Amino acid sequence: MELVMAVGIGIMTACAVYLLLRGRTFSLVLGLSMLSTAGNLFIFSMGRLRPGVSPIVAAGTEGYADPVPQALVLTAIVIGFGMTGFIMALAVRIRLQTGSDHVDGLEPMPERRPEQGS
Amino acid sequence: MTHLLAAPIIVPALAAALLLVLHRARIAVKRTIGMGATVAVAVAALAILTETRSGAPLVYRLGNWPSPFGIVLVADHLSAFMLLLTASLALAALLYAVQGWDARGKLFHPLFLFQVMGLNGAFLTGDLFNLFVFFEILLIASYGLAMEGLEVERLRATLHYAAINIAASSVFLIAVSLMYGVMGTLNMAHLAERVGEVRIEDVGLVRAAGLLLLGVFAVKAAVFPLYFWLPATYSHAPAPVAALFAVMTKVGVYAMIRVTTLIFTGGESDVMELTSPWLMPVSLITLALGTLGALGAQRLATITAYLTIASVGTILTGVAVGGGKGLAAALYYMAHSTIAIAILFLVTDLLGRNRGAMGDQLHPGPPLRQAVPLGLTFLFGGATVAGIPPSSGFLGKLMILHSTMNGLSVVLIWTVILVTSVLTLVTCSRAGSIVLWNHIEPDQLAHDRPPRAGEWVALAALAGCSIGLVIFAAPIAHYTGEIEVQLTSPGSYIHAVLESAQDDFIRPHAMGGVR
Repeated sequence: MELVMAVGIGIMTACAVYLLLRGRTFSLVLGLSMLSTAGNLFIFSMGRLRPGVSPIVAAGTEGYADPVPQALVLTAIVIGFGMTGFIMALAVRIRLQTGSDHVDGLEPMPERRPEQGS
Repeated sequence: MTHLLAAPIIVPALAAALLLVLHRARIAVKRTIGMGATVAVAVAALAILTETRSGAPLVYRLGNWPSPFGIVLVADHLSAFMLLLTASLALAALLYAVQGWDARGKLFHPLFLFQVMGLNGAFLTGDLFNLFVFFEILLIASYGLAMEGLEVERLRATLHYAAINIAASSVFLIAVSLMYGVMGTLNMAHLAERVGEVRIEDVGLVRAAGLLLLGVFAVKAAVFPLYFWLPATYSHAPAPVAALFAVMTKVGVYAMIRVTTLIFTGGESDVMELTSPWLMPVSLITLALGTLGALGAQRLATITAYLTIASVGTILTGVAVGGGKGLAAALYYMAHSTIAIAILFLVTDLLGRNRGAMGDQLHPGPPLRQAVPLGLTFLFGGATVAGIPPSSGFLGKLMILHSTMNGLSVVLIWTVILVTSVLTLVTCSRAGSIVLWNHIEPDQLAHDRPPRAGEWVALAALAGCSIGLVIFAAPIAHYTGEIEVQLTSPGSYIHAVLESAQDDFIRPHAMGGVR
């Protein structure tokens, strides 16, 4: 399970970086939310992956899941969600005001490719 | 006064929430609440400064949970110093803003207070995760403030600024959780204790986490090669907001100082000594490139933005020198440069407003009204930033140069700092002479929005702070020296946070955890 998790987070981060480096706000937003999801999974896995145990220490139970990363990941999800919402609204606003979804608000000069982007 | 430490966070948070409820209220009401909260924060900062004078850091445990488990706020000399600097700057910036800037956006006052809350929280927090949370608070408030007015240029600059900071925040989270995964704590004092006990096979992970953290702080501080977001954002932000942003890069510097002096100190082995090979070259390059950027800039606001980068480079040079007066000099320079940059941002706004369509671009424009006071203020700001004696910039640079005296790289550091000072002087004189002395259409006076009395008061207050830094240079330098002593022997910080917990270890159970 550790291997699947690690590889999954790695692939997700790589995809996020690729999307972040693209020139359109849509892929930028996708990349940012993917990066924060990868980060959240990473936090979660830092509490060690223990299936089937509760985050409560009680008599008679064997082992427990570390509750701190779970609390951290909740906070991180909320913050990441807010940030994604903000940058999405900002991207839409720029698209409306400039008529372009390029991150610089301008279409690049050489040949336009209408199918590029979203 | 046990709850004093929470005041710089709680007061602006409550006032901002109140302002959100009252968002339809008259502007006078909003101004009163905003101003009242900022004054209260300044008073609290002063009180914290006096309380911490004795030397022992103050610790505030939220909910009275024992220390390594609960959340702590800690105020040592450095935190108190940064709180007071932020509060002074916020007061001046707000005083400037209430002369008319704040009426443009409905949410100016709540966002401003949330920004102050985030800054104060970042300076006070005692654990890494809350540092992340307060960074996010100050960042999201700053996004809102930076795009005040919703002009396209501002939106575009804010998009770039937001994108790089959201990406940096994800890296921050990864670094923080990696630290937790290895050391099982996020309390900075506790981390400082545990970092020495890390097993040898985990050292690489901790080093990776530490370097990721420093990278994130370098983004916030706008250090080479991570400063490209700054010039556009700062030069397009509204003037009072840009003035407040002058302290935002310093949050990154603060976090770097805190983490390197507390956790990655080196200790017995220098396995955890992460920064020393990097910090000095990087800060000198930042200083050089910031100055060159200012030299090539075509707008006054862009010049000031690049000078912000240069000032971060100078501060980090002092930090890189480290113990033996380097840190103390860097902290004095931090106070000086924050105020001087704020002065330049504000006077840039006044100059730009009076030049009609020409704005703050470096082109001859119509003659200015009130050219003499505006010119003198610009001269004051420029001379202070460049470090002409007897300004605070001169003293700050002198202290940093002096602290490098017994180092090996003394020639390199002196050359870079002195040459960049001359180049800054050239930049400011060139900009000033074009804007103030080169006129076209001499018979047409520009009078868009002449400076108002309150704006002069705000500028005079900042100039007063800058002059105060010169007049009281000895006590302030003594104080920054005390900060350095406390930082280089983090025992008292760790003791204050963790030992008080030992005493209370039984108490939460006995008293139900609530006092």
